Amino acid sequence: MANLSVKFCDVTFENPTVLASGILGVTASSLKNVVKNGAGGVTTKSIWLTEHIGHKNPTMFGTESYFLNAVGLSDAGIEKAKEETFPEYNKDKPAPIIANIVAYSMDDFEKLTKEITSCDPDIIEVNISCPNVDDKYGKPFSCVASQANKVTALVRESTDLPIVIKLTPNVPDIAEIASACAEAGADGFCLINTVSGMGIDIDLRMPVLTNKSGGVSGPAIKPIAVKAVYDVYKATKMPIIGTGGITTGEDAIEIMMAGATLVGVGTMVYYRGIEGFAEMTKEMNDWCDKNGVKNLDEIIGAAVK
Amino acid sequence: MDIKKFDSRFEVLPIKKIVQENETTKTFIFKYPLSSKPGQFIMLWIPGVDEKPMSIAYDDGKEFWITVCKVGPASEALHAMKEGDKVGVRGPLGTSYDFPEGSHLALVSGGYGAAPMYFVTREALKKNCKVEFLVGARDEGLLLYLDKVKDLGGDVSIHISTDDGSKGYKGYVTDVLKEVLESEKIDLVFTCGPEIMMKVVGEVSEEAGVESRMSMEKYMKCGIGVCGQCAVDNTGELVCTKGPVMNWKYLKDLPEMGKYHRDAQGKKHYL
Repeated sequence: MANLSVKFCDVTFENPTVLASGILGVTASSLKNVVKNGAGGVTTKSIWLTEHIGHKNPTMFGTESYFLNAVGLSDAGIEKAKEETFPEYNKDKPAPIIANIVAYSMDDFEKLTKEITSCDPDIIEVNISCPNVDDKYGKPFSCVASQANKVTALVRESTDLPIVIKLTPNVPDIAEIASACAEAGADGFCLINTVSGMGIDIDLRMPVLTNKSGGVSGPAIKPIAVKAVYDVYKATKMPIIGTGGITTGEDAIEIMMAGATLVGVGTMVYYRGIEGFAEMTKEMNDWCDKNGVKNLDEIIGAAVK
Repeated sequence: MDIKKFDSRFEVLPIKKIVQENETTKTFIFKYPLSSKPGQFIMLWIPGVDEKPMSIAYDDGKEFWITVCKVGPASEALHAMKEGDKVGVRGPLGTSYDFPEGSHLALVSGGYGAAPMYFVTREALKKNCKVEFLVGARDEGLLLYLDKVKDLGGDVSIHISTDDGSKGYKGYVTDVLKEVLESEKIDLVFTCGPEIMMKVVGEVSEEAGVESRMSMEKYMKCGIGVCGQCAVDNTGELVCTKGPVMNWKYLKDLPEMGKYHRDAQGKKHYL
């Protein structure tokens, strides 16, 4: 038996699999059920300052190699997080919880950070990279290094909790964006958000998703995630939640070798069901046993030269 | 590798036929081998409008029906469609009503819940079951599928109730169920309708020592176990994959059963 526990931003996780934001996790009950099924930690859906209406259905579909979604970050707002989600989850907290927050404006990020800190999550994950929110608000902050820097600095000033910035792969140089966040006081990164994409129904001759474009996740994007983690780890040597198409224990080992400490798992549940968390952990353990790895620290960043 | 296994893209189908059931309800018929079991559902995409879960009212392996009441913008848009217009379909999804050969079943429906119960009746008769078909509605005009159930023949007794007494027993369908459970030896109770009604069905059946199963309706987005929108408190399990047909034994302990629903943003609304 290998020791699968990892320390991320001074928080101990029993195993490196963490439910990624936006999958399941609408309620505290759902988050707890994910832990019951073997996840080492959970991330909330993106929380807004006020209620946020998502897109109309169809919001998602999958194929054997990828999943496409544009839910549009629907959420009941910080009040629900304060009154329901966090008190109920923290009552008999089964594993660390990462609060994912999102906002359109710098002002809202500042207010939201203060509010979410009062909910007592272990870590704050700042979503500045969702591809599926309205165009009228312009490009996500994580597309421009100076803006990513500014948001990070504001969040940094507003909380003492560890902050992790979730970045988009839809940029020419993700390491440059990450470095800009690091300078502003980020404690780590979550890489990657979904890849911008579209699917067209050829019978109806129209995009399937109501939002037309969406975010691609699932096995197809794993190489993109592995490279992003590799590049950012090499540039910053900071803690990373590696996520994007991680579906098996071997996938998890691979992205850890690129530099991830935690492994975000989301679309996997489409392919393997919620039971997949426990199965992945077993696969990681089997791999470690077979390869004489006693502690996962030995493999983090092992492939980065 | 079975490359289709993970394909949840839409099958685009023309509406073959539309039948007006009553003032607010229509049945849409599709020529497509869906091969569903009673209780299962499809995700129905009304292009340019929305996509909603719909229970299946009939499926003979060559065509299937859905019966839809006008309740909001999506169903209104569907009602405005004509024969030949195309919609997208994903499914069949979820659990079904299962029963042993030769069972004596009591099927309890409220309003348009009668449609999926018609499908159960049809399959039950094939398996030599005896069926008590209980249906309740506000008034006579809202009773659905009674002629179709009669046309099935077989060992089916129909019990009607209306809130205003315009047809059958004046009062709740659950009162009729109580009587049926007293006078008949029922093996299983299945129910589909408003959640508050289904809760009473569960309680009444339990008192009579009979197992019951409900078809749960929760806000769904993906229908395939990913988005988490239909998770129930406090187990956190999903109605789209663990259900929609679920046991009363499981449901009765849920704090939300018959009490509240969540909307598309996950906010609670008390019934």
